[in-house]
Amino acid sequence: MEFLDKFPDLGRTTLRDIKKSIDFAFREFSNQYGEAIEGFFDPLLYFMVWFEKLLTNAPWPLMILIFAALAWLGARSIPIVIGTIVSFVAIGVFGMWEDTMATVAIISVATFVCIGLGIPLGILMSRSNRLQAVVTPVLDVMQTIPSFVYLIPVVMLLGIGKVPGLIAVCIYAVPPIVRLTNLGIRLVDKEVLEAAEAFGSSYRQKLLHVQIPLALPNIFAGVNQTIMMALAMVVIASMIGVKGLGVPVLRAVSNQYLALGLMNGLAIVALAVIFDRVSQQYGKRLQKHRQGGHGV
Amino acid sequence: MSDIKVSIKNLYKIFGPNGKDMVQKVEDGATKSSLQAEHGHVLGLSNVNIDIPARRIQVIMGLSGSGKSTLIRHLNRLIEPTSGEILVDGEDVLAMSDVELRNFRRNKMSMVFQKFALLPHRTVIDNVGYGLQIKGTDKAEMNERSQKWIDRVGLSGFENNYPAQLSGGMQQRVGLARALATDAEILLMDEAFSALDPLIRNDMQDILLDLQEELHKTIIFITHDLDEALNIGDNIVILRDGAVIQQGSPQEIVLNPADDYVRDFIKDINRARVLDVSSVMGPGSTDSGLELASDVILELAMPAMIEADVTQANVMRDGAVIGMVTLAEMIGGITRPVTKAEDQVTYR
Repeated sequence: MEFLDKFPDLGRTTLRDIKKSIDFAFREFSNQYGEAIEGFFDPLLYFMVWFEKLLTNAPWPLMILIFAALAWLGARSIPIVIGTIVSFVAIGVFGMWEDTMATVAIISVATFVCIGLGIPLGILMSRSNRLQAVVTPVLDVMQTIPSFVYLIPVVMLLGIGKVPGLIAVCIYAVPPIVRLTNLGIRLVDKEVLEAAEAFGSSYRQKLLHVQIPLALPNIFAGVNQTIMMALAMVVIASMIGVKGLGVPVLRAVSNQYLALGLMNGLAIVALAVIFDRVSQQYGKRLQKHRQGGHGV
Repeated sequence: MSDIKVSIKNLYKIFGPNGKDMVQKVEDGATKSSLQAEHGHVLGLSNVNIDIPARRIQVIMGLSGSGKSTLIRHLNRLIEPTSGEILVDGEDVLAMSDVELRNFRRNKMSMVFQKFALLPHRTVIDNVGYGLQIKGTDKAEMNERSQKWIDRVGLSGFENNYPAQLSGGMQQRVGLARALATDAEILLMDEAFSALDPLIRNDMQDILLDLQEELHKTIIFITHDLDEALNIGDNIVILRDGAVIQQGSPQEIVLNPADDYVRDFIKDINRARVLDVSSVMGPGSTDSGLELASDVILELAMPAMIEADVTQANVMRDGAVIGMVTLAEMIGGITRPVTKAEDQVTYR
């Protein structure tokens, strides 16, 4: 009855050998190529350092003005602009200005990287059912696998710092924009697409004149989700050396500093709310043409 | 008869994995239902042969499922045929490469859709200019030409509205203007007015006929509405189960329906509005003093006779008498006939 009592696993030695050889192989790989890969990401690193310095070194009133202007451009709503100004002033008053700027910097870069990778991939996916079948489960894994698990190889390969942090954030934050771009393009009205075809549109013309504009509300929902998920990764990214609001949160967790954790946590929430409202309002404005009613 | 613009020859479309193999079965007499039941393939079009004259309105009609929308999509190859030939100005559409086909669609054949298919994110003027933009026309010329067509279809003042802000009839005028703006010689209209309510539909038919008087395009018009077909069609093709049942002028179809299906179709139409005096006249001449042109429809001819207080009239064409018509013949024409002397067809 031993067979039923204990699962017939591979045995401790075999398992250890398997794990060891995988670890060894990856370590070899990272020894061999780690530097080259790091070098490949160097321009990105320089850019991130430069961008973070730019935000932290700029005079704070100017930054608040810029945020307020961006909020106005995006949302065209006075309450949202006021909320933005109040939030940033409060963040400054409570001494979190520099960390907040660092967080804004990495979130912005991460969002641009995700858009730059995610939208083209989503477009390709919408073109091919086979690619969709391959990519969808990969996205599922990226969204559900505990972040710490993919932090291990990333850190082994690139050490700790901004770039591995950015990669970790992007792995977690890129799936929604890929999914929603793919979905948005697939949902484009077949009849409008047929009309584009009947007028002799090339593939590119269909994409630029019809598919992307009509998928834009969905694509924008994806951008919004991506920003939110990137913010959610701030604390975890700080574990591998990304500066920002995550660092004090982490310190608060390990030392049981309630106030410190709460303050920085709320700052992240404030950023999230601002980004969310502004990007949602912007998304809504993109759909203005969908409103009916005569004689505007 | 004018020259042939579009020629459809032995066209088959069979939906299913082995469409090509099924053509032979259809040629051997398989019907739509037997093909479906025995081979799991759907017969879309079956040996369609139509010659479409230039600068005329060719109506293709049939009930839903008769293959008319499938047929019109073959003309610009939105759907690939299973076998057959489509010649436009003698050029084989099916032999065109992708680039040739795109140029053909851009310059030669444009299309109006049942559900308008406008771009919701573009204003009226940008929608009308869509075909021109695809061709690479520069913005200024595009707007100028679009504006001309917007005025022509009666939408001046709505240039900067979005489609969602317009009524159905207005949206379809945008669709029509968009199709006309490319200056294509051939206009495909897929149930273009079917989604509109009856009054608007009549308006749109009038707009189309007005435009046609001036533009002389080759228009291929799909409809399931016989009144519409008779109103605008110079020629009518009737489809059933993907096969052509009858083709001819409206008069020929009303006077000599090919079978019970067509007979069913025409049973409720206003015959007085379709038939003209030449189609019911007899030989000879009369001295009643009333002269009617041969293409006057009975609906107008009968009141004219009553007003002139005569029961007979001469039928004129090019200034000569070509026959005479009596009030009784006219009444006979608009009555649903039980027997008809010319061809001895009896039906009820």
